[in-house]
Amino acid sequence: MHDVVVLGVGLHPFGRFAGKSAIDMGADAIRLALADAGITWQDVQFAFGGSFEVDNPDAVLGRVGRTGIPFMDVYNGCATAATALEMTADGIRSGKYEIGVAVGMDKHDSGAFTSDPVHYGAPSWYGAAGLFLTTKFFGMKMNRYMHDHGISHQTLARVAAKNYANGVLNPNAFRRKAMSEEQILESPMLNYPLRHYMFCTPDEGAAAVVLCRADVARKYTSDPIFLRATALRTRLAGAYEVHSSSALIEDQPAPTVFASRAAYETAGIGPEDVDVVQLQDTDSGAEIIHMAENGFCKDGEQEQMLADGDTKIGGRIPVNTDGGLIANGEPIGASGLRQIHELVLQLRGRAGERQIPGTPKVGYSQLYGAPGTAGVSIISR
Amino acid sequence: MVSTSVPFAEDVFTWPSDKPQLIGCRCADCQAVFFPMQPSCGQCGSMAIERFLLPTTGTIWAWTTQGFLPKAPYAGGETPETFKPFGVGVIDLEGVVRIESRLTESDPEKLKFGGKVELAIVPFRTDGDTEIVSFAFKPV
Repeated sequence: MHDVVVLGVGLHPFGRFAGKSAIDMGADAIRLALADAGITWQDVQFAFGGSFEVDNPDAVLGRVGRTGIPFMDVYNGCATAATALEMTADGIRSGKYEIGVAVGMDKHDSGAFTSDPVHYGAPSWYGAAGLFLTTKFFGMKMNRYMHDHGISHQTLARVAAKNYANGVLNPNAFRRKAMSEEQILESPMLNYPLRHYMFCTPDEGAAAVVLCRADVARKYTSDPIFLRATALRTRLAGAYEVHSSSALIEDQPAPTVFASRAAYETAGIGPEDVDVVQLQDTDSGAEIIHMAENGFCKDGEQEQMLADGDTKIGGRIPVNTDGGLIANGEPIGASGLRQIHELVLQLRGRAGERQIPGTPKVGYSQLYGAPGTAGVSIISR
Repeated sequence: MVSTSVPFAEDVFTWPSDKPQLIGCRCADCQAVFFPMQPSCGQCGSMAIERFLLPTTGTIWAWTTQGFLPKAPYAGGETPETFKPFGVGVIDLEGVVRIESRLTESDPEKLKFGGKVELAIVPFRTDGDTEIVSFAFKPV
């Protein structure tokens, strides 16, 4: 297996862009990633494109150049970007290709995602009854987690306030306004214990990365950042997951737990080695749970960690330094590549006002979403 | 004047019935239980699936509230003006299976982890003079 280097990253800002198509945002992200890598589109041998709203992300070829390369469209729920990244990396690891691009783009309406539950293997009445909502799942899971592990409403507000504060420092973020814990705790309850300002929102944007075989990358960079591991997992029978109309009595760990273990093992890296973290913060509760599911603390320790500011920029283990989903929103296809973009900037020491101190060497990212799919990626110097 | 009541979907609960039950299924090979009926087992993939009526009582394993009007395909018939938040729970049905259900109670002060609940057939919406009924779990 060949080692893989993240040669370049590009990001179209996240937010709302009336009159601009997801395809055009994807093209912008690709151009930025190519420029960052110091290559041209003609150097790219294959690509994976991820999107929820765009049927054929490969239409971006009409904007960056129809060079005839294989371009594969992928959709894998909120783990779409991690999937595009893993598939691209696998194409290089296997020796088939030297340089590839993973791109993600989306353009969603505002408000909670909906769809036809039948396409998720659920009965159509599940939607009619008002049960087919991802937000309800996150409320349910966090409410139980708070009950089991003593997490407070204040801690939920602290996570959201941190991510909004980080968004203020990120010129590409959607939400660039600081929000106090009091404002967050006074916002309407959407799915107990989760309030309006604790949730991310579906929005628009694109991101791209250029991956390159490590020996070939020497031509382009003397300071490579390696993609050490990627791992994807789906839910086990028994786990209570998004859009589960029933679950077996014996509960099972979430798919993130297994993706995380696999990625650490492949990378030969443990959570104690990680310097900067990107977690799926669909809501502030999800960030809290994912801290434990990815090995950064034990269940319940988040209460003290948030009180101590451990996950802030400058804290012991900074999480979602670019504002995460809460400040950036979630264009599904692009979200996980935004995470990689941020980690690469942090490892290069070029994250501007939100740069974490010291010389970070290891970055970790995680995605989770319907219908119970997780993706983890680890990069390092 | 409501003259009839019909279930909001077929094969979800026994109806009409003096003691309605949710209609689940059980795998004859691995004994895993699911709700609602599905054509094969979600644990082992076996096609040997049997109709299986679920217990009507249980305890709250997890709960939340639905505080905003869901988008389509939600069919409760409310408008943003008339919508009232409802409770949702994962109910442990006597150690047989955990299922998702609306709750008749939506007040966080009154919902307890481990609280006992029982199945209730409740009004969902009206269609002309036909009352459409759905299922929910009610604290007891």
